[in-house]
Amino acid sequence: MWWKILIFILMCWVIVMAFLTPAPQQMIGEASRIFYFHVPQAWVSVVAFLWSMIFSIKYLRRNELADDDAALAAAQLGLVFCFLATVTGSLFAKVTWQSFWNWDPRETSIFILLLIYGAYFALRSAIEDPERKAKLAAVYSIFAFITVPFLIFVVPRVMPSLHPSDSIVDKSGKIAMSGDTMMVFFPSLIAFTMLFFWMFTVARRVLGKERRYLEES
Amino acid sequence: MYKVEAKQVKKNFAHRKVLRDVSFALNDGDSLAIVGRNGSGKTTLLKILAGLIRPSRGKVIYSSPDGELDKKALRDLLSYVGPEMTLYDPLTAAENLRFFATMRGQTLSDSEIENILQDVGLYGRGNDAYGTYSSGMKQRLKYAVALLNKPKFLLLDEPSANLDDDGKKVVAAVIARQKKDGILLIATNEQGEYAFADHVYRLDD
Amino acid sequence: MPTTSIGLMTKLLAVLKKDLRCEFRTRYALNAILLFGVTTLTVVSFSIGQKSLQPAVYAALLWIILFFSAMSGLAQVFIREEETKTATVLKLTADPTAIYLGKLLFNLILLLILEIIIAPLFLVFTDAVVSEPLLFILILFLGAVSLAGATTLIAAIISKAGVKNALFAVLAFPILLPLLIGAIKATTAVFSTRASGFASISGEIQLLFGYAVVMITASLLLFEFVWDE
Repeated sequence: MWWKILIFILMCWVIVMAFLTPAPQQMIGEASRIFYFHVPQAWVSVVAFLWSMIFSIKYLRRNELADDDAALAAAQLGLVFCFLATVTGSLFAKVTWQSFWNWDPRETSIFILLLIYGAYFALRSAIEDPERKAKLAAVYSIFAFITVPFLIFVVPRVMPSLHPSDSIVDKSGKIAMSGDTMMVFFPSLIAFTMLFFWMFTVARRVLGKERRYLEES
Repeated sequence: MYKVEAKQVKKNFAHRKVLRDVSFALNDGDSLAIVGRNGSGKTTLLKILAGLIRPSRGKVIYSSPDGELDKKALRDLLSYVGPEMTLYDPLTAAENLRFFATMRGQTLSDSEIENILQDVGLYGRGNDAYGTYSSGMKQRLKYAVALLNKPKFLLLDEPSANLDDDGKKVVAAVIARQKKDGILLIATNEQGEYAFADHVYRLDD
Repeated sequence: MPTTSIGLMTKLLAVLKKDLRCEFRTRYALNAILLFGVTTLTVVSFSIGQKSLQPAVYAALLWIILFFSAMSGLAQVFIREEETKTATVLKLTADPTAIYLGKLLFNLILLLILEIIIAPLFLVFTDAVVSEPLLFILILFLGAVSLAGATTLIAAIISKAGVKNALFAVLAFPILLPLLIGAIKATTAVFSTRASGFASISGEIQLLFGYAVVMITASLLLFEFVWDE
């Protein structure tokens, strides 16, 4: 229970302080406040994908549909956060670069992530049998995750980036944020991550109940 | 001793319960006929036993004198013949046999292939494409393929479907040999085939 | 007791030979791939007309043609086993590793045939100029290996999902992106007149090679789960 209260407190802190502290990037100005929400969302969408893959591996090893519920729950939430990150990023791009979409490397990466999530759900919805669905989806999710390192290597080389890449870690590898910014950013990162895991436990429970209900009826 | 054991096997397709709680154990030399009306789950049960579909609950354990068999070891010892499976239509009977023999880890000479074909009554038809065979001839070739590995466990779904009298004799010979050398499981709803097995498992409620 | 003295190599070659025989007696996959390739190539060459384009555009067009042609036929190798109901007896008799590798080689051969026909035609029908023919061949070969390596497992997935070809491109595209981007970049370099030899594309060659190795290894580990389904 305590950690749900903690999420509440952290979220309130983040929402209020995101507007009360000075903007994190002077150059960009007020619009850069979206950074406090956009980066944690993008982070969670990747964590969710990793989480989904871990449960997919677990499913292949143990053949328990409960693990598939977990993999599905993580993927569903990942899709939501991935969508939110895309929208917030796109809004930010409009304000700073006058265009919603530029095929910037980060935009390309998040778009590919959306495509993978989309393909994962398309595959699931095409299969009736729950065990077959779980197994094929698990294999696909693992296979897709393996390509991520290649994307990280290849995507930034396609086009020069407009994305503020030194906003969190500067070129020398040190954290490049003012004290004020850190006081909002890290609580936000923690709050969003905790929020994901909370929603994950709920979603997983719901999916499990749904499945058992269908099995029994 | 070779052994096959079904433990509380259940299978649901979506909302339909096809099998509830099937349990039995068979030892070397045992034969079992799984019987029941259409739609009672005979084929499903046989496919679960063959490892072709997974049960919703419960399990099937195959063991040899050295203990429980894993998937790979079982593949070498088990054969299954069912009406819904086919061999390769574009390939000739001889090519089909040679291919599956290679998969079983064997190399067949031309004369060995002739002998195998003769055993199932297909002598001289080895160079015809499987696709041009009649359904009875197809059934015979499936038996030839299934017997390549001299299976310890032989699973037959409707053994004499599509077969003429000669074909039925071939099947009867196969079944007689299997009952001596291993374990036989058949699924059938023909009264005449009940007699093939020493035990009967009834799937009707 | 059955003998198991025959090695994996013999078995996988038997699978390949079986698939090649079936293919050349029916020509289902090959026809689909080649017709698709030639048709798209014709459309591309008509729409370009007499115009001379940037090397990057030629490279992208070539790989788009190859990608979609591949998507139209590579899944056939597994779909055919399911449709003709031969998957059952294959599953009961054969070692999954031999099946995967045999089918991987089969798809690789299909892709190489496609490239041998489409790449020269592409150079004839457009104004693209290859400044480094040997490197171009190397890129095409590595591209085919990577493409086959990544799509054969996906072909197995969609054959088991029972969706025919409908989902193939959807599932394959995100996974193939690193390969496509790398191959297009490398091809751009060999299409440009100021090519500077192997050094200029060594990064992409390494990427293609590494990608192929990783995807084939992962497929070998994952294939059994799909095949047993």
